Amino acid sequence: MNNSIITLEGVVKRFGSNVVVKNLNLEVAQGEFLTLLGPSGCGKTTTLRMIAGFEEASEGTIKVEGERVEDKEPFQRNVNTVFQNYALFPHMTVFNNIAYGLTIKKVPKAEINERVTEMLRMVQMEPYAKRKPDELSGGQKQRVAIARALVNRPKVLLLDEPLGALDLKLRKQMQIELKRLQKKLGITFIYVTHDQEEALTMSDRIAVMHDGILEQLDSPTEIYEHPKTRFVAGFIGESNIFDGKVVAKEGDVLTVETAEGNLQVIGPDFAVGEEMHVSIRPEYLEVSTSPVAGFTLEGKIKDFIYQGSVVKTAVDLNGGMEVKYSRFEQDNSVSEGEKVYVCWKPEKAVAIKKFDQGAV
Amino acid sequence: MSSASQAMPKKKNLLPKMAMAGPVSLWMILFVTIPLMYIIFISFMSRGVFGDVLYKPTTESYTTILDPTYFKVIVKSLQAAGITTLLCILIGYPFAYIIARKPKDVAAKMITLLMIPFWTNSLMRLNAWLLLFQTSGPVNNFLVNFGFVDKPIGFIYTDELVMIGLITNMLPFAVLPLYSTIEKLEKSLLEASADLGADAKTTFMKVTLPITFPGIFSAIILVFIPSLGIYTVTDMLGGGKVMYIGNIIKNQFGAIRNWPLGAALSVLLIVITMLLIFIYTRFAKIEDMEVV
Repeated sequence: MNNSIITLEGVVKRFGSNVVVKNLNLEVAQGEFLTLLGPSGCGKTTTLRMIAGFEEASEGTIKVEGERVEDKEPFQRNVNTVFQNYALFPHMTVFNNIAYGLTIKKVPKAEINERVTEMLRMVQMEPYAKRKPDELSGGQKQRVAIARALVNRPKVLLLDEPLGALDLKLRKQMQIELKRLQKKLGITFIYVTHDQEEALTMSDRIAVMHDGILEQLDSPTEIYEHPKTRFVAGFIGESNIFDGKVVAKEGDVLTVETAEGNLQVIGPDFAVGEEMHVSIRPEYLEVSTSPVAGFTLEGKIKDFIYQGSVVKTAVDLNGGMEVKYSRFEQDNSVSEGEKVYVCWKPEKAVAIKKFDQGAV
Repeated sequence: MSSASQAMPKKKNLLPKMAMAGPVSLWMILFVTIPLMYIIFISFMSRGVFGDVLYKPTTESYTTILDPTYFKVIVKSLQAAGITTLLCILIGYPFAYIIARKPKDVAAKMITLLMIPFWTNSLMRLNAWLLLFQTSGPVNNFLVNFGFVDKPIGFIYTDELVMIGLITNMLPFAVLPLYSTIEKLEKSLLEASADLGADAKTTFMKVTLPITFPGIFSAIILVFIPSLGIYTVTDMLGGGKVMYIGNIIKNQFGAIRNWPLGAALSVLLIVITMLLIFIYTRFAKIEDMEVV
């Protein structure tokens, strides 16, 4: 990548015998909104903290604008962080909090005034300039924390689950605001979250991490539509995942044998006899009261789950697995306890290679 | 429920409150307020020839305090208490900082180690200092035997030993409030400061120090006030040669039997203390007041 602003090469982080980040390679482009997404303990925050300089990488190189920064202290790096708990200085006013970085860099007073005021306006916190952090709500603290980081005009802004403490409505609103802000300023954002919906809403690209490994780095659409690993398929959105083995291939259509029965999926890169996973989103899963060619998945309707915008139907397959499908309205063609055949259009399912442990 | 209790006459609600606050109030009135009033009262009385208190109003005791002999002692006491406080904070702050940054279980053990001498009888501790530093004590023996000095040094009964005694006596009072504020200082604030371009020194001056200031002020109060009035340390380690305001007060009530003067000096101590506490409440917010 020519315009990459942050490059991680072979980065490893160990805490004692515990390897938290395993051989991470990552390039972040100038002006990009990149999200590090994963469950807690996947190494995403540690990765962010290594870029910020709060943690030292055990191995590998970290470059900001092509320049190695592993040996630089946090205050020598041209990146700024928005902390999970905001970390506003309790003894300073909002204004002084935002001005802190500029004061340290001995920026002339008039310029500090101008830049801080501009920031206050941008995050709509002008009336609160003289307040102390204690007197602000969570959302307001968040805005101050963002302003305090952005006023330094960093090359990269690192955000560590910045919306985690806000209630759902405010979080959704701040997601949009943050995204707009990022577009307007053109600053690279590296955003850590465990909330996959948040990641899908805001990101240009998402790096899904799991157990210290980068599972997939792609656009939100690619991550959602074409997950490359079983973990990504399960973690992003809801999915029904089958483990099985290819038993027949006609053209690109594979017939896969699973514990629940046979099923079909499109998979040009798979060979007969290969073990694999198949992921099918609830919106694409179908049921029928009569057998369907290519599929031998049988089960019973378990229950209907009303979720507002959609109604999910749970089906207990004969092999013991539960699958779900969703429709905008309750599926009245079937009733609880009814025997059904599960199927889908093979092109709607995603064929996933079996994760090769040795490849890491 | 609430409407019923509102309807009740006010006097009935007062009884449980009286029952709870009454004994303490009575205790405070009997053993704090009345003695204090009495002290103030006799400080304005005159001394009889035989050391008794003559109930004849006069301000003589207060003019005596301004006499250079006493005034010097007062200044010296303030100085000694000031230096003790300063050193206790200079030693106690890094100490408390280190403890506060340790894992909880290690910190608890370190605090216990600090408290063990504090729980030991102070006379025993002071005698231990005397034994250590006396002419034929282990310190002098060591220095003489290894040829550092020709003859034993007269450590005991000096201002310096009194100072050491005061500092060791008072250190826990500095460390505990400092520890409790430093412990609450979030690590992310220090990281935020570093992230915004501040080096370790700037972070300490601009973030750590101002946020832990209430702890420093508590430490000042808790060390300065007792070291101003303490007389056991000066009596034992100073051997009667080192005189601070506490010793004078004790002597006025004891050997010299000039109760009005002793009372006047006590009033002065109380005024200084109240002044400090007044400044403290002005500086620190009430919720930060964490006198251990």
